[in-house]
Amino acid sequence: MPDDVRVKPEKIRCDACPVMCFIAEGKAGACDRYANHAGELVRLDPLTVIERGAPAVAFLDQDKDGSEWDGDVFQGSRNFVTAVGAGTTYPDYKPAPFIVSQDVDDVDMITVVTEGIFSYCGVKVKIDTDRFIGHEQAAVRINGEPIGHVTTSEYGSKMLSLGGVEHLTGGSKAEGRITCDALLKLCNCEAVTMQIDEGAAITVQAGKAPIIDGKPEKLMRVGCGSATIGMFAKQWEPHVDEVIVVDDHITGVLSEHEAGKQLDMRPSGIKIQGRRSTPGRYFQVAEPGTGWGGTDVEDPLSVLKPADAKKAWPGLRLLMVSTTGEQWAYYELDENLQPQPADISDELRLSADRIAENCEPSLCSVLFMGGAGGSLRAGVTDNPVRLTRSVKDALTYVSCGGAEAYVWPGGGITVMVDVLDMPSNSFGYVPTPALVAPIEFTLRREDYSALGGHMDYIQTADAVMAGDLRKVAPAVSQTDPYIVQQQKRNGRI
Amino acid sequence: MEVQAALLSGDRLHLQHGPIDLIIGVEGDRAKAFAAARARLSSILAELMDEIDLLKLADGPAPKGVVARKMWKAVQKHHGFVTPMAGVAGAVAETVLTAMTEAADLKRAYVNNGGDIALHLTGDATFSVAMAGVNGDALGKLKLTANDAIRGIATSGQRGRSLSFGIAESVTTLAQSASMADVAATLIAGAVDLPDHLAIKRVPAEQVRDESDLGARDVVTYVGSLSKADCANALDAGLRTARAMRNNKLIQAASLHLRGQSRQIDLNTRKVLAHA
Repeated sequence: MPDDVRVKPEKIRCDACPVMCFIAEGKAGACDRYANHAGELVRLDPLTVIERGAPAVAFLDQDKDGSEWDGDVFQGSRNFVTAVGAGTTYPDYKPAPFIVSQDVDDVDMITVVTEGIFSYCGVKVKIDTDRFIGHEQAAVRINGEPIGHVTTSEYGSKMLSLGGVEHLTGGSKAEGRITCDALLKLCNCEAVTMQIDEGAAITVQAGKAPIIDGKPEKLMRVGCGSATIGMFAKQWEPHVDEVIVVDDHITGVLSEHEAGKQLDMRPSGIKIQGRRSTPGRYFQVAEPGTGWGGTDVEDPLSVLKPADAKKAWPGLRLLMVSTTGEQWAYYELDENLQPQPADISDELRLSADRIAENCEPSLCSVLFMGGAGGSLRAGVTDNPVRLTRSVKDALTYVSCGGAEAYVWPGGGITVMVDVLDMPSNSFGYVPTPALVAPIEFTLRREDYSALGGHMDYIQTADAVMAGDLRKVAPAVSQTDPYIVQQQKRNGRI
Repeated sequence: MEVQAALLSGDRLHLQHGPIDLIIGVEGDRAKAFAAARARLSSILAELMDEIDLLKLADGPAPKGVVARKMWKAVQKHHGFVTPMAGVAGAVAETVLTAMTEAADLKRAYVNNGGDIALHLTGDATFSVAMAGVNGDALGKLKLTANDAIRGIATSGQRGRSLSFGIAESVTTLAQSASMADVAATLIAGAVDLPDHLAIKRVPAEQVRDESDLGARDVVTYVGSLSKADCANALDAGLRTARAMRNNKLIQAASLHLRGQSRQIDLNTRKVLAHA
């Protein structure tokens, strides 16, 4: 037995690329981009700087990032050092990798940038569709592993809540790994396909239309069936005797609806399935699905009950249409009061097109949400709670990759940011598993000093800019962090 | 991680996958060529990893993969210890270049894989190479034409990312292919050496980089102060290796640099120039 028993730190396996390096503590992999930092895999990417007023690298994958950028000079000529590629201090309580000072309109500004490791993080996904994707609370899975769930629907959109600590580290290893991988891809604007329990297979990519059970979604509905009737009743009334607007939430019946009554329309005697809420408004005419208006209806006649013989008449003109205008059918009643397909008039056809025209394109939005924990805040100040207070007091502006972050009220620094506003590939991960996301704190020099900042570690912006950098243009929707910080600080009193 | 792609100024394409960084330029159907380059690179790492153990053997049998075979072929005519890994960067550059020229009609193209460059030249197209010294000074310019039968340029040395047996700051070679140039530059840089010199620190390769193909062999990790005579001797040792390669038609030209001194085997005159 050797006397000298030294514990050699374990190597970690990097799975960032097919080389799959085993990396020893303190060493980098073959690519020099990933390294073993105290047992954690960290990225060593070049620091990303958002250039305002100088040409930027155009990214092949992202039109918005500049392949069509005309070189127009942005207002001012200031660069903002983002935390993308800043490297991280986790889990050491060391000052954040880059504390940058920059003179902005004679106010000495400090930006503390770090790539935070977020164990408590996830994404909120908004999917513009009325199609049924799954019931509220249904699990969302990849390869059978749960990575999140369907949450409260919003107007015209379905919502997913994905990731979070319960899936990242609270479940099995496979669950954590698959969840982390899905979050990373979603945050870096890549497409991810998920299966919802008792629901649809759905492909989500930030800024792109969702693909539901293999079909790309095109349009958001213009409103529920009842709202659609309210909007188009006047245009329909001269050309038709009855309109049924099929919708998963509220299906509308024109002649019975308040809007039809106002136009003195004759009751048509057309009756439909479902539960009547108020006159002309029906719930649950069909099961949720991926057919007409987010229902499972493929044949619109299936929602009709036999017409009321006392009220209906042969030759009655009936339009059935979905809330996106994508599906429509026109019928006329025969002598037995059975609807028969008939040729639609041009005017009526136009009204269906108009519904479609009024629908916005269906998109997926991915918002990263995470909480800045203890070690991350300690990288900014000796007294982490003071940073929290400084953020709450609007002295400190929080951004992620230069994009404005919404800071939740209440305790801690819980932020939410649209990944489309951030530079490409802003996110990384560690095998914990957890996401690595950029976060920057911008504040006045005197405020930074007051909260116990690491004043000795401040570098000038010029010094940071002299290093090996990746330069990008600001996203169209991105505001200048320095200006927003000043506005917020000035406006707070 | 998938292949990362970005357009750089001057209509160049930057592709990155794991340890591979490529800068690509073409004259011709650029969109088609860039798409082909990107598609080809996406599977290269996986192909190489399939036979990685074989590629780390100095006298191993021929591998099967297209890239692996280029690497293996490039080392067969060399003497002494060398594994196919010595030509990996050049072989990758060559493979991506071929994918582009097969997909699109190109007048001129290059794939620069971290200093190891594969060239495509047709007609009257030319390729200008400028070499820079350690201090950034231009050491000379070279204009290659389609008639020169040179399709590969490679640079190796202490400033590079690979481990080296020698102390050369940089050795640049010109050869028929990028993989051949790559292997030659690696070996010549390794031959620029002063065995047993006290100012040179060496450590077994496997201690510096896990999974190195050089195994327990010593690689240079630090070069202390050297006299002018020391540098001259080291460069001359490298030059002997380079000349032998030139005679065996493994390279067409070479340029060796160490601490302000250099040796060259010139492209056209076969004359050896010595600079102080």
